Amino acid sequence: MGRKLLFDKAHIEGIRYYDVYRANGGYGSAEKALRSMTPDQVLDEVKKSGLRGRGGAGFPTGMKWSFIAKPEGVPRYLVCNADESEPGTFKDRYLMEFIPHLLIEGLLISSYTLGCNSCYIYIRGEYAWIPDILEQAIAEAKKNGWLGKNIQGTGFDLEIYVQRGAGAYICGEETALIESLEGKRGNPRIKPPFPAVKGLWDCPTVVNNVETLAAVVPILRIGGEEYSKYGIGKSTGTKLISACGNINKPGVYEIEMNISVEEFIYSDEYCGGIANGKRLKACIPGGSSVPILPANLLLKTAKGEPRMMTYESLADGGFATGTMLGSGGFIVLDEDQCIVKNTLTFARFYHHESCGQCSPCREGTGWMKRVLQNIENGKGKMSDIDLLWDIQRKIEGNTICPLGDAAAWPVAAAIRHFRDEFEWHVLHPEEATKRNYGLAHYADPLQIAAPAAV
Amino acid sequence: MFSEEKLNKVKEIIARYPAGKQKSALIPVLHLAQEEFGGWLSAETMDYVASLLQIKPIEVYEVATFYSMFNLKPVGKYVFEVCQTGPCMLRGSDNIIDYIKKKLDIGVGETTKDGLFTLKTVECLGACGYAPMMQLGKHFREHLTPEKVDAIIEECRVKAN
Repeated sequence: MGRKLLFDKAHIEGIRYYDVYRANGGYGSAEKALRSMTPDQVLDEVKKSGLRGRGGAGFPTGMKWSFIAKPEGVPRYLVCNADESEPGTFKDRYLMEFIPHLLIEGLLISSYTLGCNSCYIYIRGEYAWIPDILEQAIAEAKKNGWLGKNIQGTGFDLEIYVQRGAGAYICGEETALIESLEGKRGNPRIKPPFPAVKGLWDCPTVVNNVETLAAVVPILRIGGEEYSKYGIGKSTGTKLISACGNINKPGVYEIEMNISVEEFIYSDEYCGGIANGKRLKACIPGGSSVPILPANLLLKTAKGEPRMMTYESLADGGFATGTMLGSGGFIVLDEDQCIVKNTLTFARFYHHESCGQCSPCREGTGWMKRVLQNIENGKGKMSDIDLLWDIQRKIEGNTICPLGDAAAWPVAAAIRHFRDEFEWHVLHPEEATKRNYGLAHYADPLQIAAPAAV
Repeated sequence: MFSEEKLNKVKEIIARYPAGKQKSALIPVLHLAQEEFGGWLSAETMDYVASLLQIKPIEVYEVATFYSMFNLKPVGKYVFEVCQTGPCMLRGSDNIIDYIKKKLDIGVGETTKDGLFTLKTVECLGACGYAPMMQLGKHFREHLTPEKVDAIIEECRVKAN
């Protein structure tokens, strides 16, 4: 069994409620931080832990916190990003629903460290039942002196509020989230200035993902140094992976970042293998925006090494032969799945979710969707494949926020690795509406170039 | 007009933000208004929300039209919002959508003649591991099968009577 830091007590009945959470050591980390450490000492522990943002970008959390501006007399805000909208990702939902106090405790420690007295949890509107759970947890914490004025007699004040969104993927981008929290359309802001300097209501603001903020609790419990010994290299600690698609055991798993992709997919502790005895065709390991990989490149890197569930190993080979850990939205496709259809659903998603501010994204996402629809419906031309490639190239890097890149990458990777499947759709339009291309050669062992003889 | 109870809720929401930042309450108050006034936001409702928050009506319209959860035209009493994005598609959401269409004899975006059901297709709702799924009101209905869809329709019909 892999070691757990976030879900170690998730199985305890009633852990959702304060009394049970507290009786099992809950709020011990907050107690330690508020009573015996200065904010800078807490920041040091977070830096030592090597914790990286769990929302997708993987930016070092301690460094992000150290950027926050501290002008005199200006309030600072902590905003918890619970907008979780990247297709394939449903880990934060689990954490908030079943262990809400872990998040509340993480918010308390983080707010203390950053010097924030108000904190907002921005949760996607569709998770409509979760605000009640969070608000109940907040009320329990307040009743027991962990929120409100003069927390545990330390003189530190904190209020936590829950704000619902209303259906917009873009609000997961931190500046769009801030706009939305201000009661506006979720249009991302041009950076700089960064939120750390000018964020919510123009005040210094830190926006962190749910899982990132919850991870601060075990970091304080075991110490930053000990936390950094979990995982491999710069992928320290544990990561929540939400596994879905054609596997036997979809669900949310906490993994130590030291296991192989193969173990994650096939072991009974995690996904339990491909459903219905089928074979693995492809996988999108970090949420819909990261590059899709065929089975052979997923399980082994181009160098022939086993691919591990770490930021570095998944990215090994760059976009040519690698992908990204992203948000941990792990989508598995079996041999019966159609890459063109799958890519089309993502193109449609990004078209629907584009805020419309930047023309390359607003126009390009719809264009890619229409071209993919033609190919899928047997009306594609060979030149459409190059056209798709061309459109995605013109979106990537040319937009204010990363949604443009997120829309471009899945299309690029699908063509890069599955071009023959696209060509087959174009050449056999009749057949392509009746059956799928199948596994083809996508699981075949890669031909690794032998070292030159000396 | 909101009831006294709802008006107090609005006040409570506004109190979450610093003085003068009551516009931040817009999305939460629009959710309240949509629940209260028949599941959608008419121009009159939006103007009312603007007056409550002391902002211009246009500030409400531009937000209401941006977010997909706000309905700008009337919908049925029960709205089936079926996810169709990749992870749900891999687990057969297309079949579920087709089944609902046939069963209720409506297309996507349409409402049944009795005004009970509206079918909408939506993009990823964050239930990928429990696919196929739909949102029905406040909650998710997951691991959908034709049999489960039948049961949900029946459940709604019973509740409506």
